[in-house]
Amino acid sequence: MTAVPLLEIRNLTVEFATRRGAVQAVKSIDVSVAKGETVAIVGESGSGKSVTSYAVVRILDRAGRVAEGTISFSGVDLVAADEAQMRDLRGREISMIFQNPRAALNPIRKVGKQIEDVLLQHVQATRATAKEKAVEALTKVKIARPEERYDAYPFELSGGMCQRVVIALALACQPQLLIADEPTTGLDVTTQKAVMDLIVELTRERGMSTILITHDLGLAAAYCDKVVVMEKGKVVETALASEIFRNPQHPYTRRLMQATPRLGTSLADLLLDAPQTVPAEARTAVTEPKPAAEAGPLMQVENLVKEYPRAATGALLAKLMGKAEPEKPAFRAVDGISFSIARGETLGLVGESGCGKSTTSMMVTRLIDPSGGKIIFDGTDIGAIPAKQFAASPHRRRIQMVFQDPTDSLNPRFTAERAIADPIMRMGAVKGRDALRARCEDLARLVGLPVELIDRFPHQLSGGQKARVGIARAIALDPDLVILDEPTAALDVSVQAVVLNLLEELKGRLGMSYLFVSHDLNVVRLLCDRVIVMKTGSIVEEGTAEEVLGDPKAEYTRELLTAIPHPLL
Amino acid sequence: MNDMAKVEPAPAQAIPAEPAPTLRFEAPPSTSLWAHARHIVAENPVTGLAFGLFALILLAAIFGPSIVPYDPLASNTNAALQAPSRAHWFGTDQLGRDIFSRVVAATRLDFSIAIFSVALVFLMGGLAGVMAGFYGGWIDKVVGRVADTIMAFPLFVLAMGIVAALGNSVGNIVLATAIINFPLYARVARAEANVRRDAGFVQAARLSGNSDWRLLLTQIVPNIMPIMAVQMSLTMGYAILNAAGLSFIGLGVRPPTPEWGIMVAEGASFIVSGEWWIAFFPGLALMIAVFCFNLLGDGVRDLVDPQRRN
Amino acid sequence: MLRMIGQRLMTTIPSVIGVIIVTFLLTRVLPGDTAAYFAGPAASPQAIIEIRSKLGLDQPLPVQFVSYVTALVKGDLGTSLTTGQPVTADLAARLPASAELTLAGLLLAMAVALPLGILAAVKQGSWIDHLCRVVATAGVSLPVFFTGLLLVYVFYFLLGWSPAPLGRLDVFASEPPRVTGLLLIDTLLARDFETFRGAFAQLILPAVTLAIFSLAPITRMTRASMLAVLGADFVRTARASGLTNRKVIGTYAFRNAMLPVVTTLGMVFSFLLGANVLVEKVFAWPGVGSYAVEALIASDYAPIQGFVLTMAILYVALNLMIDVLYGVIDPRVRLEG
Repeated sequence: MTAVPLLEIRNLTVEFATRRGAVQAVKSIDVSVAKGETVAIVGESGSGKSVTSYAVVRILDRAGRVAEGTISFSGVDLVAADEAQMRDLRGREISMIFQNPRAALNPIRKVGKQIEDVLLQHVQATRATAKEKAVEALTKVKIARPEERYDAYPFELSGGMCQRVVIALALACQPQLLIADEPTTGLDVTTQKAVMDLIVELTRERGMSTILITHDLGLAAAYCDKVVVMEKGKVVETALASEIFRNPQHPYTRRLMQATPRLGTSLADLLLDAPQTVPAEARTAVTEPKPAAEAGPLMQVENLVKEYPRAATGALLAKLMGKAEPEKPAFRAVDGISFSIARGETLGLVGESGCGKSTTSMMVTRLIDPSGGKIIFDGTDIGAIPAKQFAASPHRRRIQMVFQDPTDSLNPRFTAERAIADPIMRMGAVKGRDALRARCEDLARLVGLPVELIDRFPHQLSGGQKARVGIARAIALDPDLVILDEPTAALDVSVQAVVLNLLEELKGRLGMSYLFVSHDLNVVRLLCDRVIVMKTGSIVEEGTAEEVLGDPKAEYTRELLTAIPHPLL
Repeated sequence: MNDMAKVEPAPAQAIPAEPAPTLRFEAPPSTSLWAHARHIVAENPVTGLAFGLFALILLAAIFGPSIVPYDPLASNTNAALQAPSRAHWFGTDQLGRDIFSRVVAATRLDFSIAIFSVALVFLMGGLAGVMAGFYGGWIDKVVGRVADTIMAFPLFVLAMGIVAALGNSVGNIVLATAIINFPLYARVARAEANVRRDAGFVQAARLSGNSDWRLLLTQIVPNIMPIMAVQMSLTMGYAILNAAGLSFIGLGVRPPTPEWGIMVAEGASFIVSGEWWIAFFPGLALMIAVFCFNLLGDGVRDLVDPQRRN
Repeated sequence: MLRMIGQRLMTTIPSVIGVIIVTFLLTRVLPGDTAAYFAGPAASPQAIIEIRSKLGLDQPLPVQFVSYVTALVKGDLGTSLTTGQPVTADLAARLPASAELTLAGLLLAMAVALPLGILAAVKQGSWIDHLCRVVATAGVSLPVFFTGLLLVYVFYFLLGWSPAPLGRLDVFASEPPRVTGLLLIDTLLARDFETFRGAFAQLILPAVTLAIFSLAPITRMTRASMLAVLGADFVRTARASGLTNRKVIGTYAFRNAMLPVVTTLGMVFSFLLGANVLVEKVFAWPGVGSYAVEALIASDYAPIQGFVLTMAILYVALNLMIDVLYGVIDPRVRLEG
């Protein structure tokens, strides 16, 4: 590493003008990136990590401005540089890649043309050579059949493929610095690994420096030399990646690290000081634990199938032109799966997007009807009861769900109390306003939601508080089975740690069983007794959590496991 | 970037520890709505202006005919075609009728046409759209087909055809205006109901044992109402324009009834000879009314958006 | 591409069927004696009965529908009582006048609205943005017949810059040989520049009236969609790759922003075809709109029915063109069909 850094951020403060006056999103931070170095900026939402990168390339939106400090890039002061100078640097010297690759590409321009635009702008190609160079750029990011892909529009490519195009775009002019802003968020874990490996390979090959902006400490540690931790606009710690896990200095880093699920940790380890998730006064059992387990599994799913008919586009025209296409077979989202959930057990259902896990959970919850198979719940085939009529079934209150997005799952016009009270009012035995209120308060205490918050509307609550409301609603009627559909996917890692602990504790106290649906193997490892791995509608592996995650039998499970970035290797 | 301030959860002690003896369900107390309305008006004076104008129009519609200085129908050939003066603020028309009195008295009719047609289409279109969006299937197909068929016509031309066929009356103007707005309401309501049908909170309410009807009434409809309210105040302006346009070409309202559209039509032939006031003042009244409703739509949008209520 | 046009063509069929059914229902099923309408206000009871059997109104509804459609296919829309001519011939003779006016209004509106909307979005918060907002709000609030009258008063009566609002051409000017029916084009083809100037002068005020009316929705939509696109991720990518402002706005933002604007054009046409009727009445423009208004006053029903049907079919055709245009811009529609 050279003595003079490629990029040096000193005392940088970024302000945003808001209706309530200026808000500092970034407060006097120092970051430096040496030539060839890979630096991670890690933080949770609102930490100012993305704003920092926008300030470097000077693409802050209208309301934002650099209030103080300097950013120098190989001797050029980026704060003082004029717009023409900046334009020359962007794309040629400093490139960026963004989250959500599909949206990052112009939807109505051929991807090859978009790469050409950048090449021509920075005079890296002439009109005559542009196409050739663009194809070359696509080849470098290992896109199969690059000549064909040159003519593709973004909507014709998969998410991972789009991210490769974005990388090709960013590296087309051989820049010295690449800023990757959450480049793999929203991608499946195997795609994430492929994309990250590609970025690292290409940047190493060219001796480039990289800034990786991420919320994922594991990812940062696995791929970067240096880690900068940000909290609420401030840099709280800067250290070598190899150091930071062994010996984190700042309490926030410690808390963040602790909260990140990884190999060899237990659920309780996620919380640094292990604060009681349930306040002491609520610990007197609100609900009596259920009587000891009866014989037989709680739920038995047999040969479950869900088919969707394929959309018939242009069928009418085809028929009229006498070119009727052969009828396409229905799409099988879930292709004959069988599993069982024992009483008091947590079963993990794991797979990447599109594997059918959500469809399965919706069928088990009886929100949609299966196309075939049985769902036997406590001796009754509830799969035979149409979803429309299930609301009136006595089994309804026994199967509940915690949804993925805590915001979306709360009616914006209901207070937290009204949301929690809804199932009780419909199906519960509690009568009278005072009793209902008391029950809601009890439930709020049980899930660790401050009672004074239950008169608030969802938009007045934080993400973690909304998640607690959703959990309180799900357990309000003392269900036997709760389906947890990625309950922490939308939460920051420190909130996730608290919620996971809460769920585990509630399960023990209320004697419930969980079906835990997730894409995150590390989380599954912590919470589940047994695990099912799904791929394209079928189960590829099943077993205890230790077996499946410790010694996977199926090739696909192994692939999933190796794709997880492991910081402590 | 104002989200930044919003995401910070307020500390718990910031809210007074209210004993809250009763359940507070749906809306926050009305005082906060008023406070919010005051905030909106203070922030955007144009919205305040719109609400003020609306109050004025409402007053004119209710009391107009009884407070005007002259009988809007009484002609006085001695005072025909007089320019605006102290006696006749807006001048007189070819029959010597006082234009100010006629313009004020016409408010009631124009306003009623707009209100009734909007209420009618809100019931028809809103209901059809919500059902189509929530249930899908054949209801959706039928509602969509009806809306598409209406949309296949240039709307004002269809309104002309309807009034011409059904007969020349104010009631038919109301009906025609409602019909041509049907697709707009049905589509908005359908789209809103459709996205919410599978929203997490509706699914959660299903799990809480709510029947479909109760889902519609407690989860879907209350969340659609704000958008429909905005829609209604925006279409009020269009409804008035449409009704005035129809009477301008001689449909619906008949002379000598005071109505803005027909008054402009009566004054049209005098424009080329310079008697501008006959057409100008009713036209101006019409314009102000439409302008007011359009601004009101934006104001209502700000007012009902729960995200903006902090 | 052809496949897409074919598919769009198929989707217009239900619309056309719907239009025909609705116009049929409006004439035959709804209350009121159709025969009396068709016979006109002065007809004797005997004449009404004659007309009833002549029109086939004593037949059962399905039979009436079949004969209605048969007549339509032959281009028979009945005969106007006022002019004594077949309605089809009347409409055909007057359609170019309306088309010239509507097109002129639309082109004028787009020429002003597109740059205004784009500039307002690019320079958000500047004076041009405020101007844009005023135009958008005031434009939709102006009753089109009122705007027309105001313009006549100012530019004809007060300033004397415009000719009298009495039709397409001065009474003393001679019409050029009819080629397209659009006077501006026909006069140029005939190299009759004097008449061209006259026709142009007559056209300005009504066209401006229509333009002011349709300005608002186009401006509003252009500004809104341009703003949305400028905030989109791919524009950020383009900026972060160092593309010039011109390239970013011209190539990346503009074409994407045009998609919702093109969709809005459908609504604008709906407004324009309606507003046309009012503007033609104000300016005594000899188009199909004033033809329909005259028929309304005379309770001459066949022309009104023919007018509504023609406008609807025309509008369906315009929407088809808009759909195709959309497909040309957006590969997602073109390729997925």
